[in-house]
Amino acid sequence: MTCAHAARTAAGAGLFSCHSCSLLVRRPSMTGRVTVRCPRCGARLHLRKPNSITRSWALLIAALIFYIPANLFPVTITSYLGSIQADTIMSGVIFFMQTGSWGIALIIFVASIVVPIAKLIVLGGLLISVQRRSRWRPAERTRLYRITELVGRWSMLDVFVVTVLVALVRLGYLTTIQAGVGVVYFAAVVVITMIAAMTFDPRLIWDVLEKNDESNAH
Amino acid sequence: MMMSRRCLVAMTQTLIACHGCDLLHRVRPLPEKSKARCSRCGTLLYVHSPETVNRTLALAITGLVFLVIANLFPFLSLESQGTVLETTLITGTIILSQQSMAGPAILVLLTSMLIPGLLLGALVYVLWAIKRGYRLPAGRRLFRLALTLRPWSMTEVFLLGILVSVVKLAKMAAIIPGTALFAFLALVFVLAAINAFMDPRAIWEKMDKWS
Repeated sequence: MTCAHAARTAAGAGLFSCHSCSLLVRRPSMTGRVTVRCPRCGARLHLRKPNSITRSWALLIAALIFYIPANLFPVTITSYLGSIQADTIMSGVIFFMQTGSWGIALIIFVASIVVPIAKLIVLGGLLISVQRRSRWRPAERTRLYRITELVGRWSMLDVFVVTVLVALVRLGYLTTIQAGVGVVYFAAVVVITMIAAMTFDPRLIWDVLEKNDESNAH
Repeated sequence: MMMSRRCLVAMTQTLIACHGCDLLHRVRPLPEKSKARCSRCGTLLYVHSPETVNRTLALAITGLVFLVIANLFPFLSLESQGTVLETTLITGTIILSQQSMAGPAILVLLTSMLIPGLLLGALVYVLWAIKRGYRLPAGRRLFRLALTLRPWSMTEVFLLGILVSVVKLAKMAAIIPGTALFAFLALVFVLAAINAFMDPRAIWEKMDKWS
């Protein structure tokens, strides 16, 4: 009796790899529509994240739609002695540039503009590459995915800035700052793109290279 | 198909599949404070962090203390024209919800307070049980929850947000940092240290001995 397997991947060897606790669990022979749970941590087991491509696309398109009002509507509304100034994300960046705070302007520009756009482009590109069964540079594409997953949370920066501003400069004083609707859409973009990144399964990038294995994933 | 149970257990304990590309790797003992990455795609496979239960437990308790302090004391104060306006950590959430911004208000409350608190609480519960040899209910489910919640704990992003806001308001008024701000800063470092010192694989294996 031997434990050795010819297969190089967990799916190829008929093993579920628990996404939560990394336990390898043998796939039961009679899989109907039954959900299999990890015997150690209780997480649902899948060979690949279910409907990863469809779900990621849906979330990506939703994020893209919300991204438009997030940038067009103001995120803060400042009133000072009866005059009212509405600022969008971009006009906030320009404000910092004009007042000479280049470092802060760059931080907000990267967190609020560059990162969300880059995330949408990278995830869209990864999805297309998987759908076209591309064999091009899988290690680099996986690394790109990992970076996308890691940096996404930093886009929440602008939501926190608005929160601190409205808390510090509130009614009863000469100047008040109110949150604008833009922040609702922007927060939605950040959350949706984070979930989209979590829904994408990077193992799909590699499955095309494993097609000699007896049972390829699904 | 007819693989013996012993063989299966032996295999599943010595092998790990990469979460990035599904490649199977044999788990080898690592030198202290080192990480194993996938040979094919570079994704982190597992770490070896010595004394992970004790260190993570100590950090989680410390983090909870800082989180409580961060909520009890003034966070930031704004001084303008002789008047001082105090805020606490939760003020932003309250003001946002008053301005019919319930969505962002809840999101901020979750990512800066509730999720970090839940994460630390779950870790204390699970690690305390492991350390004392108790078998507490729902321990595994709570540890899984803590791992799932990790990306949604955004205290460090909040801290950067405070920095940006302070720079923005610096010309308008004087901003006075409160006790809670320092506690929050400490909390950010504690959470970063937990990410560095926690070895989930070792903790799962300790829980395997429960049953």
